[in-house]
Amino acid sequence: MTIARFWRETPQRYNLGASRCSSCGSAFFPPRVVCPVCPEHRRSLGKMEPLQLSGEGEVYSFTVVHDPAEGFEMQVPYVLALVKTREGPILTGQVVDVSPGDVHVGLRVQATFRKLREEGKSGVIHYGYKFAVAREEVREPVAPEGESVPEPRAEGPRPART
Amino acid sequence: MRDVAVLGVGQTRFGELWDRSFREIGIEAGFAALTQAKLGSHDLGALYLGNMASGAFLDQEHIAPLILDYAGLAPHHLPGIRVEAGGASGAVALHQAYLAVASGAHDFVMVGGAEKMTDVPEDLQLAITSAAADQEWETVFGATLPALWALIARRHMQEYGTRREDFARMSVLAHEMGSKNPRAHFRNRITLDQVLNAPPVAEPLGMLDCAPSSDGAAALVLGPLEKARRYTDTPIRIAASEVACDTLAVQHRRDPTTLDATVFAARAAFGRAGWDPKEIRLAEIHDAYSISGLLALEDLGFVAKGAGGSALRDRSFGPGDTLTVNSSGGLKAQGQPFGAVGVAQVVELVEQLRGEAKERQVSGVTRALSHNLGGTGATAAIHLLERTN
Amino acid sequence: MSEEPVGIVSYGAYVPRYRIAPAEIGVVWGTDGEAMGKGLGVFRKSVPAPDEDTITISTEALRQALARGRISPQSIGALYVGSESHPYAVKPTATVVAQAVGATPYLTAADFEFACKAGTAAIQTCMGLVKSRMITYGVAIGSDTSQGAPGDALEYSASAGGAAFIIGRERLLAEINATESFTTDTPDFWRREGQRYPSHGGRFTGEPAFFRHVGECGRRMMERMETSPKDYRHVVFHQPNGKFPQRMGKTMGFTEEQMRYGLVTPYLGNTYSGAALLGLANVLDHADPGDRILVVGYGSGAGSDAFDLTVTDRIHQFDRQGPRIQEFLDGGVPLSYAIYAKFRGKIHLGGS
Repeated sequence: MTIARFWRETPQRYNLGASRCSSCGSAFFPPRVVCPVCPEHRRSLGKMEPLQLSGEGEVYSFTVVHDPAEGFEMQVPYVLALVKTREGPILTGQVVDVSPGDVHVGLRVQATFRKLREEGKSGVIHYGYKFAVAREEVREPVAPEGESVPEPRAEGPRPART
Repeated sequence: MRDVAVLGVGQTRFGELWDRSFREIGIEAGFAALTQAKLGSHDLGALYLGNMASGAFLDQEHIAPLILDYAGLAPHHLPGIRVEAGGASGAVALHQAYLAVASGAHDFVMVGGAEKMTDVPEDLQLAITSAAADQEWETVFGATLPALWALIARRHMQEYGTRREDFARMSVLAHEMGSKNPRAHFRNRITLDQVLNAPPVAEPLGMLDCAPSSDGAAALVLGPLEKARRYTDTPIRIAASEVACDTLAVQHRRDPTTLDATVFAARAAFGRAGWDPKEIRLAEIHDAYSISGLLALEDLGFVAKGAGGSALRDRSFGPGDTLTVNSSGGLKAQGQPFGAVGVAQVVELVEQLRGEAKERQVSGVTRALSHNLGGTGATAAIHLLERTN
Repeated sequence: MSEEPVGIVSYGAYVPRYRIAPAEIGVVWGTDGEAMGKGLGVFRKSVPAPDEDTITISTEALRQALARGRISPQSIGALYVGSESHPYAVKPTATVVAQAVGATPYLTAADFEFACKAGTAAIQTCMGLVKSRMITYGVAIGSDTSQGAPGDALEYSASAGGAAFIIGRERLLAEINATESFTTDTPDFWRREGQRYPSHGGRFTGEPAFFRHVGECGRRMMERMETSPKDYRHVVFHQPNGKFPQRMGKTMGFTEEQMRYGLVTPYLGNTYSGAALLGLANVLDHADPGDRILVVGYGSGAGSDAFDLTVTDRIHQFDRQGPRIQEFLDGGVPLSYAIYAKFRGKIHLGGS
């Protein structure tokens, strides 16, 4: 993807800038200039207002991709999802930092900021949204089970547990 | 609008045609159709050529004059028009040709569909074909065509209790049918277990849920039905040719588990023909992915919405069933040269309606349907065909 | 000189999810990794996912800081990211971060590099801009995804993480009473342009480098403030491993209790520009009003920046939403060396 082509979408890719129809209230991501919901959709021209998505949502559908898109080779297998946002629009994006087996329809997620792809070794790096499991859903192992991570030395520092 | 008929059909073998160029396969299919129609080159009014991505696959655009030229038609100065609609390029080209003949603008036209895919490596094939999805809001985030169809599949499972093995049966059926098709990319039979245990591509879809990338071309000669009998004893009438579109991206669909483009095109086609889906005995449906085949059964009105899974469990959709699906082997077994698919589907139906399908002939077929999709269903093109004698 | 206060208005931190243990690394090189880890005082280190880098870590940390402080990104007047692993050699990390948090376009931004102390240098710069009233809020981020060469001792500690501090005049969580620096030309650790992994002077990184600079800077700060170790509830040192800062603390007369929260490297590894700042963030997570904190950062090459801070009453009203540092210390998903190598780009795919 060329530099300008990606760059002009940064407000959406970085910050989830969306739009809302001031006539019917429908929300759209990416932003639209015409409302496809309003019956007289031409009247919505110039009446679409900016809307900031919260990045909160839940998994509407998901897949574990083994045959990757170009530039995603190092991430296989990766989870790709349709995420239904709190504001309504559905977004396509990766769910990261999760074991594929832990993903299910309805899983609550939160947008996060990640590297999307690189234009080769010398080209521009593209960034944008992906999704991480929402904090209230996280149940991570406190200490890796069966793992030989030694406890700190007796004289060593020991962060207190709050 | 006057009635339009198919006068001749031609098709190359589908598969990895290492020794054959894009020009060669295009011309082979075209001349076969022309010969069958008993027409000369000078009879043609136009060429409509369905092709998805010659620029990406071959670094060659402007292919309609190229094919006309190598078919020896440059001196005739025919209009050559390339049509692009992702995987539906072929059927949409047919739609344009149909309109040209029906309107009276042309008498006889050639419809071609061709794609040469294997000149680029597989990962590039995936990237090129995935460009039929939304490059800005789907593929840039790691989506591919199979991944997007997998998202549709998972949601269908969620909403309708469809089981992974239900749509896997589409692939078993396709290979069973394709085993009898000498033009098919794959002629081996496969079992349900093989489909279920194939390497995953985008879960729940595995390798055997996905149609291959193929080289191939197909062609039709169309003409007005009233003149058709001069050229053939068995003109096949196009009872309806309808195209409908939907949002490019799956994420924007009203309901990602329903292909509204298919629903609308089918409704329009059956309305125009005055037919009911129950009258269709043979259908070529777009099984680029096993799940797309399942959705087609529902959205074309052959089974109720959500009942595709149970239908595939309970019925064979083979020659013994009231509806036979993909007697050609479908995209899965016959092969998937993107721009050629929609034309090849009609080639198969014409041969079946004429009773010339040999080993794979389905008996008693007088009315048939073809269903061709672009991308994840943003374009659907439906043709209804009928034997007229 | 104005006596108007300057200090920390909000802070946020981010550490990638994955961890690897020294024993797992040692297996690959035929070394007793567990012993190596014990020697270094590093029990596990964080590993970034393949789609994480200094830009994404900085962005996550700053987004958390902005949310916690309820600060409009548009009120940020300056944004500096200190790192030695900026994804670009030329093109700022800071502009991507600024855009990603919604702080553009009316701000100044730049990338800092001073080995592991680029983040503390950024805090000093922000202090100056805030005190001089050139800006309302300044953002200082220390963040890294630095790497040790495979098989090098650094591989047992080099990790990824970062913290963002918003510096301002009002609504302070902690007032910065003073800052002090100590800088010389000491080539203990470096990475030449175009080189993938850093090089170091082995044991030369100890006495003439870390210990001299941190020690001198810390002592000078206490002289200036007329304080002694007992005046501080918490102390935070730069922490390339678990051992150096503990030894430094003991030498200077600090107790284990004072170092308890400020030392995070044993559980995260060395986050380089993020190290001292993550230590400070952990201290603030646990601090009470009136707590006095001494921070002494260090960057190879070499220099130290020290800060003397006093925690304000606001710390208890401060909404420490999002993960606290303790979650990063306790959590994480262990990786095998194979997956670690894949994540860190040590496996090269065929083709171009």
